[in-house]
Amino acid sequence: MTVPVLQVQALRAYYKISSFGLDREVRAVDDVTFHVNANEIYGLAGESSCGKTTLIRTIAAATKPPLRVVGGSIVFNFAGRAVDMQKADDDTVAAVRWKHLSYIMQGSMSVLNPVRRVERSFVDFAFRHVGRRMAEFLDIVSDHLRRLDLSPDILSAYPHQLSGGMRQRVAIALATVCRPEFIIADEPTTALDVIVQNGVLAMIRDVQKELGSSLIFVTHDLAVHANLCHRLGVMYAGRLVEEGGTREMFRAPLHPYTAHLVASLPRIGNTEPKKGLEGTPPNLADPPSGCRFHPRCPLAREVCRAQVPPMVEVAPGRRVACFAVTPPARAA
Amino acid sequence: MPPLLEVADAHRVYSLGSIFSRHRLRAVDGVSFTMEADKPEIFTIVGESGSGKTTLARMILNMVRPSSGAIRFRGQDLSQIRGGQARLAFMKQVQPIFQNPFEAFNPLKKVDRYLFMTARHIAGLTATTEIEAATDEALRNVGLSLGEIRGRYPHELSGGQLQRIAIARSLISKPALIVADEPVSMVDASLRMSIVNLLRRLRDGMGVSIIYITHDLATAYYISDRIIIMNKGRVVESGAARAVLDNPQHPYSIRLKQAVLSPEAAGSAGTLLAESAAAAGQ
Repeated sequence: MTVPVLQVQALRAYYKISSFGLDREVRAVDDVTFHVNANEIYGLAGESSCGKTTLIRTIAAATKPPLRVVGGSIVFNFAGRAVDMQKADDDTVAAVRWKHLSYIMQGSMSVLNPVRRVERSFVDFAFRHVGRRMAEFLDIVSDHLRRLDLSPDILSAYPHQLSGGMRQRVAIALATVCRPEFIIADEPTTALDVIVQNGVLAMIRDVQKELGSSLIFVTHDLAVHANLCHRLGVMYAGRLVEEGGTREMFRAPLHPYTAHLVASLPRIGNTEPKKGLEGTPPNLADPPSGCRFHPRCPLAREVCRAQVPPMVEVAPGRRVACFAVTPPARAA
Repeated sequence: MPPLLEVADAHRVYSLGSIFSRHRLRAVDGVSFTMEADKPEIFTIVGESGSGKTTLARMILNMVRPSSGAIRFRGQDLSQIRGGQARLAFMKQVQPIFQNPFEAFNPLKKVDRYLFMTARHIAGLTATTEIEAATDEALRNVGLSLGEIRGRYPHELSGGQLQRIAIARSLISKPALIVADEPVSMVDASLRMSIVNLLRRLRDGMGVSIIYITHDLATAYYISDRIIIMNKGRVVESGAARAVLDNPQHPYSIRLKQAVLSPEAAGSAGTLLAESAAAAGQ
């Protein structure tokens, strides 16, 4: 078996806040282990404030106080060279960023400089990583845009002259111009309507296929995951609760939270009543004891309140953290 | 008995550009429909960004005047509403719900204050006990209570809770019509269905008619009675929601339906995406 491109091992990242002499700890990412293979789209699902964004920020080594990595490791493997993002010095991280590891962000407006032409954003982000002369660099950018079915004319446009979908495409082009091995996409289609979303998703898939990169795709919308990802991880309150191949996850979800998410997806041609999830999302500063999902879980039992269910591999490539699936005796 | 709402050939034209390079944008271009007064329903307006859905909603809320054509609420032309009293009486009957619950609330004010203000100024209540009773009743209709939210700031509540409070706010004055502009597009997938179910309960339990504006055909199919599909300001297809969405006729409606991501595609790793994107002309 080949070495995965990204290996995250027992990662813990907490926000430590002290105000008025009171120390508070927000456990945004708590004991998360997963890996991403080469040439694979890995989907990360979960509701707002479940720690998705914190997780990918930590992976990109963009942690700033009060966010701190408390434990665990993040190791990238770029062309046989292992890079531990926690131990690497600033120069190494800077060299890796954009060249090997790039980022497609949610608000494309905040990526592109609003008072400069698009070309300037490309120069700012990518010029020094390509390491060519300016004229050659601009040729590379134009070729890249053409490959993505964008006209090189947009280089001389200002961001506000482009539509939301077009800006998102430019942001994708910007993130992929250095042909990175690893791309992180954080809710890149959330603000777009269905037709535009479809085009942007198809573009992300095509770029990934062409470059053969690995991609982490983050969104709370499971319908997007269903259509794009090879493997899927579901997060709840800072923990990964289930992981597996996309098809298996949708056909037979094991964790009650995943089951709820899949069952509540509205479909055209189906009008049976669907339930929303009862209860409120957990407060990560004071998470519920034991399994963090138990206050909202229909299958909650005594043991769920007391113990944290471990992540157990129930089938090859399929892991789940739930006592209803793996009874505590077996798990222990 | 006049219909609840009658939109008769409504147009709205915006002039853009400078004095030298004017061009006219037809945001809404001849839309007509009628909602009956005695039959509460969920009427859905579907279309992509820039199709004129929001402009139409703003005209129904009397925030934007139609350039031509008329909008009548219970037989009264909205452009004839003059003076504070008449406006208040209209606002009491027709209430909005906005897209982003985090923007709808002032982050520096407690959320209950917003509800009390609505009760005082729009529902016209004066006694504190009456205001609190009306607020509590509205909150109970959305599955919350005044005790739970009293004294809380918006940042202490989740997006789903805030959106339910926004719906409760619109219910305080006991409106006949609610205009909900993309009420679930900023809400998490896990909470989306509880908001959508709530709209359905308002129709069945309280007899409120709802204009539901969305680009999400799946939830539209789930709750709507009637639907119109808009493209570039025009209605391209209309009718009973299930019939239209099961078997769309207009090329644009077909494109829109194909763009909906279906969970049945799970594990296809994006192969279906290619077909629908090609069909959508991307």
